[in-house]
Amino acid sequence: MAILVTPETKILIQGITGSFGARHAQLSLDYGTQVVAGVTPGKGGQLFADKVPIFDTVEEAVKETGATVSVVFVPPPFAADAILEGVDAGVDLVVAITEGIPVNDMVKVKHAMRGTKTRLIGPNCPGVVTPGTGPNSHGGCRIGIAPGYIHKKGNVGVVSRSGTLTYEAVWQLTTRGYGQSTCVGIGGDPVNGTSHLDIIKMFNDDPETEAIIMIGEIGGTAEEEAAAWVKEHCKKPVAGFIAGATAPPGRRMGHAGAIVSGGKGTAAAKIQAMRDAGIAVAPTPADMADTLIKHWGKSARYDS
Amino acid sequence: MNIHEYQARELFAKFGVATQPGGVAFTPEEAEQVAAKLGGKIVVKAQIHAGGRGKGTFKNGFKGGVHLCDTPAEAREIASKMIGQVLVTHQTGPDGKEVGKVFVGEAVDIKRELYFAILLDRATAAPVVIASTEGGVDIESVAEKTPEKILRIGVDPALGLLPYQTRKIAVKLGLTGKLMSQATKLFTNLYKLFIDCDCSLVEINPLVVTAKDELLALDAKFGFDDNALYRQPEILAMRDKTEEDPREVAASEYALNYIGLDGNIACLVNGAGLAMATMDIIQYAGGSPANFLDVGGGATKDQVLAAFRIILGDKNVKGILVNIFGGIMDCNIIATGIVEAAKEIGLKIPLVVRLEGNNVEAGKKTLADSGLSLITADNILDAAQKIVAEVKKAA
Repeated sequence: MAILVTPETKILIQGITGSFGARHAQLSLDYGTQVVAGVTPGKGGQLFADKVPIFDTVEEAVKETGATVSVVFVPPPFAADAILEGVDAGVDLVVAITEGIPVNDMVKVKHAMRGTKTRLIGPNCPGVVTPGTGPNSHGGCRIGIAPGYIHKKGNVGVVSRSGTLTYEAVWQLTTRGYGQSTCVGIGGDPVNGTSHLDIIKMFNDDPETEAIIMIGEIGGTAEEEAAAWVKEHCKKPVAGFIAGATAPPGRRMGHAGAIVSGGKGTAAAKIQAMRDAGIAVAPTPADMADTLIKHWGKSARYDS
Repeated sequence: MNIHEYQARELFAKFGVATQPGGVAFTPEEAEQVAAKLGGKIVVKAQIHAGGRGKGTFKNGFKGGVHLCDTPAEAREIASKMIGQVLVTHQTGPDGKEVGKVFVGEAVDIKRELYFAILLDRATAAPVVIASTEGGVDIESVAEKTPEKILRIGVDPALGLLPYQTRKIAVKLGLTGKLMSQATKLFTNLYKLFIDCDCSLVEINPLVVTAKDELLALDAKFGFDDNALYRQPEILAMRDKTEEDPREVAASEYALNYIGLDGNIACLVNGAGLAMATMDIIQYAGGSPANFLDVGGGATKDQVLAAFRIILGDKNVKGILVNIFGGIMDCNIIATGIVEAAKEIGLKIPLVVRLEGNNVEAGKKTLADSGLSLITADNILDAAQKIVAEVKKAA
């Protein structure tokens, strides 16, 4: 069943005519994803790739196509507004790929979304992939910018703040014969829509997910909160990795959220919290899949 | 991005946050003029982006980056020993920072020292006010030893800091009577500054009560949200590139995300998380990373070339590790960029390249056929171990 999205999920893309949005819209179509609409104000009535209708507003796109998920590729100054437009249109899920949204804008978005039915993933994230059953996982639901072909349909749930580190973990799993139920990039910003913990709860309830990889990085306390919950409630084996053990305090490591300040958010504290929760922590990013496989004790043959 | 103390005072003045009178001086003569206008006892403070100035020492032997003086002539004399000189503090590292200007202010007779800060609380995704009666000292140790002395007030971003909240903070800080209206005004205006300027942090330490019962922000630390600088031209204009690592300034011109560190193994990686993890694995393998460098998801040949120049401009660098997971990006384009950069620059130190992902075979072939003496690796750990071994061998 996977989490958040299935191969049947209909998605729309806000910012489908920008170069970045267009490129990844095409890659999602190539992957076999149900991209049913695009939204670019002023370009309503046109077609993307000769087949996907473009609308002026998200509301129209939802009404005409039945899309339940919106992906935001809109530039930073306009992204917060785009997210709230998706919320207003009543989609179940907004995935914000945009990098560089001012944090004050996200503070407002987060508060405006309280009490609505929409979930936000991101911003500044690679998106969500539920792999398909075709060759190179074709036929799945690819939302965002992750490379589709590295995936394989299976039973490991992956959640991460970082893009390339997620790909690294997914590729390690796939090359060892282990597939994924769903892979979720929650993004590297300090204020985001969905936390590690939110996703781990979903994986715990998802019958298709049998084991979990959780990848974190320095900054904040989201990994510690997830670990505390895993210790008490998680029925499934979890392996983890934390990036940034060598990062100097007070320096922002690429992601706006990746900063150790005031003695908080260190890699050492996060790794300790994960170990205390019975999570197997990979000593290096090269061992993420192997650490899970050892902890899990399941052979790849069964999985494929 | 950081700003100078005198710039922080300019922002305070603009938003009506009370602070001591004073001004910036770029020459000893200007320092004398500012001091003459102020009259009375004067404080002269070296302006650099680092803490610990009072206890620092100049390379010319002059002690202390903060001095009290009695006359404008004395202010001029003190400024002449600071401007153009290099100040070393516990935060600057042994190389120190050259002082280009000083702040000249009215000396303040301090009765009480308090602490007041506004920052973003990630847990609630809203601003939070932190205040304490224990100002002028390291607030981390106050929080650790006497947590009951730390006051936290959460702010609803839709409502802002409300008047009753400012009164509550004032009372908890003992700012009653005549001081209360000064306090509520200062807190309200500071919150406005925090929001309007897209700050990630405004910290006043100390916030002081003077002998004349005035409430003044005596020293401040600002943090700004880099993502919002596009709409903060006034803040952006305060950027002082001479205070920044020249390697980081060069990198930002090519939209590369670079942070210089003290080690000798440089790394070039795509993606911030993977770049951090690559630094970690260099240390795991027994080496020491020279930098964080994220070339982003769609690096061009020019960016790769610029990245190599910046890396090789660091004299400490004895080896380079390139770690690319080309998801969408074609590994062969990266490989071609590496080869061209290495040839153009004339690489004389060991280079280990680990490529994985899209079109990786063609990329590996490009590297192999290049005639360069680079070493390839199959995974990140293998790559880190190889570059650490090469650097040790060369030493």
